Amino acid sequence: MATRIDVSGLTAYYGKFKAVSDLHFSIEPKSVTAFIGPSGCGKSTVLRTLNRMHEVLPGARVEGRVLLDGEDLYGPGVDPVNVRRAVGMVFQRPNPFPTMSIYENVVAGLKLNGARKKSLLDERAEQSLRGANLWEEVKDRLGRPGAGLSGGQQQRLCIARAIAVEPQVLLMDEPCSALDPISTLAIEDLIAKLKSSYTIVIVTHNMQQAARVSDTTAFFTLDKTGDPGRMVEMDKTEKIFSNPTEKRTEEYITGRFG
Amino acid sequence: MSNEPDGLRKGSSRNDAPVATAEPASSSDSARVSPADAFFKNLTRSAGLGLLVLIAAIAAFLVLEATNALSANTGNFLTTTEWFPNSSPPFFGVAALLFGTLLTAVIAMVIAVPVAVGIALFITVYAPRRLATPLAFIVDLLAAVPSVIFGLWGLIVLVPRMEGIQKFLTEYFGWIPLFATQNSVVGRSVFVASVVLAIMILPIVAAISREVFLQVPIAHKEAALALGATRWEMIRTAVIPYGKPGIISASMLGLGRAMGETIAVALVLPASFGISWKILSPAGNTIAANVANGFAEANTVGRGALIASGLVLFIVTMIVNMIARAVIARRREFSGAAA
Amino acid sequence: MSTTTVTPTATLGGPSLIGQRLPKAALPAIGVGAVVATILLYVVAPIESKIQFVLISGALYLIGQTSASIMVEGSRRAADRLVTTLVYLAFLLAVIPLVAVLASVIAKGAERVDISFLNHSMRNVGARDAGGGIYHALIGTLEQIALASLFAVPFGLLVAIYLVEYGRGRISRTISFFVDVLTGLPSVIAGLFILAFYILALGQKPSGFAGALALTILMIPIVVRSAEEMLKLVPDELREASYALGVSRWRTILKIVVPTALPGIVTGVMLAVARVAGETAPLLLTIFGTDSINFNPFSGPQSALPLYIYSQAGQPQQAAVDRAWAAALTLIVLVMLLNAVARLVARLARVR
Repeated sequence: MATRIDVSGLTAYYGKFKAVSDLHFSIEPKSVTAFIGPSGCGKSTVLRTLNRMHEVLPGARVEGRVLLDGEDLYGPGVDPVNVRRAVGMVFQRPNPFPTMSIYENVVAGLKLNGARKKSLLDERAEQSLRGANLWEEVKDRLGRPGAGLSGGQQQRLCIARAIAVEPQVLLMDEPCSALDPISTLAIEDLIAKLKSSYTIVIVTHNMQQAARVSDTTAFFTLDKTGDPGRMVEMDKTEKIFSNPTEKRTEEYITGRFG
Repeated sequence: MSNEPDGLRKGSSRNDAPVATAEPASSSDSARVSPADAFFKNLTRSAGLGLLVLIAAIAAFLVLEATNALSANTGNFLTTTEWFPNSSPPFFGVAALLFGTLLTAVIAMVIAVPVAVGIALFITVYAPRRLATPLAFIVDLLAAVPSVIFGLWGLIVLVPRMEGIQKFLTEYFGWIPLFATQNSVVGRSVFVASVVLAIMILPIVAAISREVFLQVPIAHKEAALALGATRWEMIRTAVIPYGKPGIISASMLGLGRAMGETIAVALVLPASFGISWKILSPAGNTIAANVANGFAEANTVGRGALIASGLVLFIVTMIVNMIARAVIARRREFSGAAA
Repeated sequence: MSTTTVTPTATLGGPSLIGQRLPKAALPAIGVGAVVATILLYVVAPIESKIQFVLISGALYLIGQTSASIMVEGSRRAADRLVTTLVYLAFLLAVIPLVAVLASVIAKGAERVDISFLNHSMRNVGARDAGGGIYHALIGTLEQIALASLFAVPFGLLVAIYLVEYGRGRISRTISFFVDVLTGLPSVIAGLFILAFYILALGQKPSGFAGALALTILMIPIVVRSAEEMLKLVPDELREASYALGVSRWRTILKIVVPTALPGIVTGVMLAVARVAGETAPLLLTIFGTDSINFNPFSGPQSALPLYIYSQAGQPQQAAVDRAWAAALTLIVLVMLLNAVARLVARLARVR
């Protein structure tokens, strides 16, 4: 089910402000792509355009094309609801629904999509929690509130919730930035495992993390405040971290700026 | 999870005096407190204590002035459904009035709460950001209209226009006991009084619901949307569960407001006594409206009887308001703990 | 691993991103259809009122929209559309009474309001007579709310200062709780209390002063709460800076904290005044009402605008009802002016 993504001429706005301008890139199926770059360079914005979450913010809009296996997300007649079903997302801070139990959180998306059969929901909940490496830790307390878990567990719960609806692509917006090192490791292991089934795009501030988990890395930057962010280069992760083509990338990787 | 709960706590909880930390510690410094300082502190404190005295006085004098009338009463005050405090011997009870008070207020709440939640959703979720503030202002404007004007409008404008719909209700839904009528339909019914009350409590219920909906963390709304929820499904999974305690307590505050409303009901509803579920009939009266209607012709016992009924209203509204505040307070602890 | 790669089940719908949507013209068409259907219904079974007509065509529209949406877009979209329509409807429902009330008051009131209405009392004017005015009631209302503010503002401000600057522990929690109790106090109870305490127990006569006392009780919690909010907004740095200069605490509060919060406090007071200016029930029990001009709030019955409206509205004669509308217009103008000034003060303070 994993899917390739082809982006062309992508420009994203917040009101009048142009956040990123005229991007062209492709993402291979069943790979992990990391977006790195200094704060404000628009990498999270780009991520949010890939499942039409960008336009949720007031005044935000998008130009250009994002093809999911050849189908344009921004084409006429496309329903953003269907897009978000196909492209799952995990956020910077774990955000389980506070009023729901662990179980209810995992099956929330399935229920929205009309799944009602208890046996199906149970089966999918276990599958997704196993997929998110969380099953062993929570199987005895599925009825407890999701907010009672530790931060790392909450984030894995959110991943389980996202994969329960079987998306084709999984977007992760700095999924470890609010977590401790051990939880971060657990999530990184999980990403490596999920790669065999999903196309994954991850935004991260942590260059070691990008180097550890990703196959491809895209480096974003902005020339000065107020300018739109741009993609400097995108290549195999080893190449970006050992021998980048652009000088800017090398400077950023080696810590000389950013 | 973000800074929001902090802001919430600072803005809302009145008790832990957030500014206290910045002040010189009063207990250890007490030796150096100047007489003027001590005087000013005591002045403000006596004002605070004066407020407690005021509440105590309200309860005490209502009880005091009610006692004489209650001892002269030949009926049971709590169960009698008639109101003849001015005859001799006086015979009166609060039962029918209390029933009418609760009935009109509950119907008003049933009408107002869904509409108010709809308004709050409209302002927080549906309306364009730029329009949200002016729209909220328009709803708040409703709250600024004095109740006597709602009463006047209800009596002169609304009552004749509600006759048709009431006939319709009793004709097609008369098999529901609530919509049955005794003889013919009249405009001035319990139902119309409740509609007027519903309009009057709409702004407060809408305003509180709006506040809690605004507090729903964006992260929860985005989580629902990212799962492929439609706007309504996002509201159902993220907004309503989070805001439920707020809606409940807003409804209770609205209920308390409706129970205490006097003049609008007194103008719209013709005074009559008796317990009846037939809301399309004029049968019914509320404690507050009965005070307004009965005061002019009340003798000494009659005034005492009205005061006694007021005491009942005081207690009932206080209980309802306390439940409302307790729900809000629990909710604050909840959101604080989640942060 | 393979467990996570289950093929999509039928329950989750197809993989297509395209959502079937109703054509743009569909909704207006359904609307027209609903109205036409209601008119046809009218031919069969006569409809009693305009309200009913609107209700029936509205219900038909909702049914039409929902079934069309279920057929074309599916039940999830249909539910979303239904709720969207209902939410818009809810807002409309709130605006209708507001517009209706204001329109009635302005239209019916403007016919009757003139200078003579404003500067004449009801002395020797019968209910059936066309003359008369609200001068005595206007005087009463202004004096009563002035007296009430005179009592409630300093008192409420002191309570707020205590709660914010000094209050800690159980006493302040108790006071804060009872401020909430007072906030929820039905206004008629305030009137009954003054009746019980001032008139019955102390044996005083009804007067504007008694009415002002009742209004004071209603004003206090509003003043306390708004002043409290404003005092809390004063940054601690200001207090610390003042203490650092060796200024005593009470002078810091009076010279630094209160003036900083003053615009907000004034706004709160104005809103409180606007709120009690429209109160009727407590005055009914305490000022007794009169048709004559009485400048002295301390002796003899007085009238007030809300009470005037109440007594005129309750009479069957058209002349009296006309006077009620005219007085209602005057009262609304007064209340809205107070509201406008309050908001103006708030806005000016924010700019600065």
